[in-house]
Amino acid sequence: MHDRKMILSGLLIFLGIITVPIWYSLSFGNNREMPELKLPATARACVAPISYMKTSHMKLLAEWRDQAVRSGNRTFTAYNGRTYAISLTATCLQECHDDKEAFCDRCHAYNGVKSPNCWDCHIDPKQATKLPRQGAATQTGASNDLR
Amino acid sequence: MIFDRKTFLRISGLSLAAVAAGRAAGASDETSLNEGTPLADSPAVQRLAMVIDTKKCLEKEECDLCVKACHRSHNVPAIDDRRHEVKWIWKEPFKEAFISEQSEFANATFQEKPFVVFCNHCDRPPCVRVCPTKATWKREDGIVMMDWHRCIGCRYCMAACPYGSRSFNWVDPRPYIKSLDPEFPTRTKGVVEKCTFCPERLAKGKLPACVEACTPKAMAFGDLEDPHSQVREWLHSRFAIRRKAELGTSPEVYYII
Amino acid sequence: MFMFEKALAGSRRYWGWIFVLLAVIAAGFVCYLRQLSFGLGITGMGRDVSWGLYIAQFTFLVGVAASAVMVVLPYYLYDYAVFSKITILGEFLTISAVAMCVLFIFVDMGQPTRIMNVLLYPTPVSMMFWDMIALSGYLVLNIVITLVTLSAERKSVAPPAWIKPIILVSIPWAISIHTVTAFLYNGLPGRSFWLTALLAPRFLASAFAAGPALLILLCMIMRKLTSFDAGREPIQKLALIVMCALGAHLFFVLMEIFTVFYSGIPEQMQHFRYLFWGLDGHAALVPWTWLSAGSALVALGLLIWPRTRKDEKILAVICVLVCLSLWIDKGIDLIVGGFVPSPLGVITEYAPTLPEVAITLGIWAFGFLSLTVFYKITLSVRATLDG
Repeated sequence: MHDRKMILSGLLIFLGIITVPIWYSLSFGNNREMPELKLPATARACVAPISYMKTSHMKLLAEWRDQAVRSGNRTFTAYNGRTYAISLTATCLQECHDDKEAFCDRCHAYNGVKSPNCWDCHIDPKQATKLPRQGAATQTGASNDLR
Repeated sequence: MIFDRKTFLRISGLSLAAVAAGRAAGASDETSLNEGTPLADSPAVQRLAMVIDTKKCLEKEECDLCVKACHRSHNVPAIDDRRHEVKWIWKEPFKEAFISEQSEFANATFQEKPFVVFCNHCDRPPCVRVCPTKATWKREDGIVMMDWHRCIGCRYCMAACPYGSRSFNWVDPRPYIKSLDPEFPTRTKGVVEKCTFCPERLAKGKLPACVEACTPKAMAFGDLEDPHSQVREWLHSRFAIRRKAELGTSPEVYYII
Repeated sequence: MFMFEKALAGSRRYWGWIFVLLAVIAAGFVCYLRQLSFGLGITGMGRDVSWGLYIAQFTFLVGVAASAVMVVLPYYLYDYAVFSKITILGEFLTISAVAMCVLFIFVDMGQPTRIMNVLLYPTPVSMMFWDMIALSGYLVLNIVITLVTLSAERKSVAPPAWIKPIILVSIPWAISIHTVTAFLYNGLPGRSFWLTALLAPRFLASAFAAGPALLILLCMIMRKLTSFDAGREPIQKLALIVMCALGAHLFFVLMEIFTVFYSGIPEQMQHFRYLFWGLDGHAALVPWTWLSAGSALVALGLLIWPRTRKDEKILAVICVLVCLSLWIDKGIDLIVGGFVPSPLGVITEYAPTLPEVAITLGIWAFGFLSLTVFYKITLSVRATLDG
């Protein structure tokens, strides 16, 4: 090999660049710690085992979506026998996780999960209360800030 | 066998095709379980329909309680631009709602009178036939339902509907919703929407929002297969017409005269 | 394998053309990003006219794509050697046209990220499902055919035997892609303008006129700008095909007009009235319709008369008239005319907006870019063989 020096140094530089995420955070520290998630205030039991929810809540939500919309089954019987209404806003957000921002959004933002576009349509109850009710005087005039 | 580039490409191509075929077969299995299963929460029903008593409805021509109730409870946006408007239920003059009944003298007094119109939940819906993703389908209870998670916004169903019942979200609807009801989601831009006979209310044993809101009780909703239902009674009592019945869509919204 | 490097060596004029096309594509792309964020409301479409310029272009281009069969069938099925040099040009035109079709459908969708739903949840009863299958299949077919035949030509060998059945399959497939596109329209009970058994034959006839006309123009342009000369005979034969197809198309249109106006059903007449004379003061498409009709009649007359058909300068004008006429007829008149008046008898006129036109031009530019690259590769391969 005539270009041994060039090839080896090129390889070393490439390896250095590609492993940046590892040695950079090891040596310079990482300010991004796991965020503190605000757990539900009153609800104690989950619709599924917590370990399952941590890994697969998106699968559960997808199944709920198909059950409610496509099959017309709007009641879910949990593993502990309790029944819940299948509803992202009414059950997930109103009955259990009362603070979407401090629970759902914090973890999603930390993990860089951009995809849940559920909120393009489904409503965060906290957002809904900020809006002028029908007939009431509009003090905030915030009808354009529905997001 | 010489393992050259050609062989490599051939084997990779075949493997990819096999994986894709396996995935596709698996995906279609998933959906067949979900579609068409009977409703869990409602009693066994077979043919939901609506009957409108036009005499009662026309007593107060400016009344729009049904429209307000539906659009409020479903977060339907109020868009001024006629091109972009979204409406699930509205009032249309007779000469347009019943265009195939045009006549210079036979129904001269009726021509401009407002008739409430919405999706007819046809028995043989052309919109369901054309939807490429089954984002709209006919349930076993007769409702022509919509899945806004699946709709790709191709608007083929809008071209197919002979009644103009469907609206598309040309823009983001949220800024145009006067009051947001958290009990029902909004839709997002890029999907088609229409009246769905309120299955979320039916699941709780309630009547559709428009029927409940109608103070003169000009709307009846029920199962045509039940001979004692209100819809059958009303249809038995007076002459009824349907919109564009000659097209073979078999609309399930009847107007008794 | 794809010989793209041949498209990178060109004159200043060639690169100037490429950069103009890239600029138009970039402008269209920027407008599309705006459309993605604002919604399809940025176009001129609306609740009553829910399909517009995008679907109109798609319909026209599916016809152009299918028209390659007019050179493939005689050459491969009947060994008609006259078309030997231009068959591959027709096939490349098909690939560009199908690519544009796919792009036009994509930009017309409200939720383009969900496009895989059509394949994940197949719905055989829907014509749009079959359209997607037919178009994608035809694209793959033609890519394989052009790749294999051009590679063989470069190596100065005959193409492998297995390509022949594939080419033969592409012949009925071409007919099917345009038939299924017609089925999109003529199976809808509520749209009386499209509810005619004659729609698929009309589509095929106009396709077999517009496609070869476009091919003639492309051959003439290449004769002027490059060293490639298709020769007099192929162009004259293509002109005959254009003449027959255009004649058939005009006959079909006259048949429709007779059926609609002699039977006198108001709902059916209204669409024709709107297009030809306007309705209730709404007459936006009337000049377009008469331009289309007039161009077609003039073109047909000049094609039938041998003196004008054989004069290549006049033939160029004829082909431009044919393309213009059929682009208006199939693109604008057919789609918009189907929606006006609405099934409720209401008239809502349609006019595309500037972003909509920019996106449309961007996709056309992409089509011309791909066509330029394909033809450059072909001509380079042939130049190397000759020289």
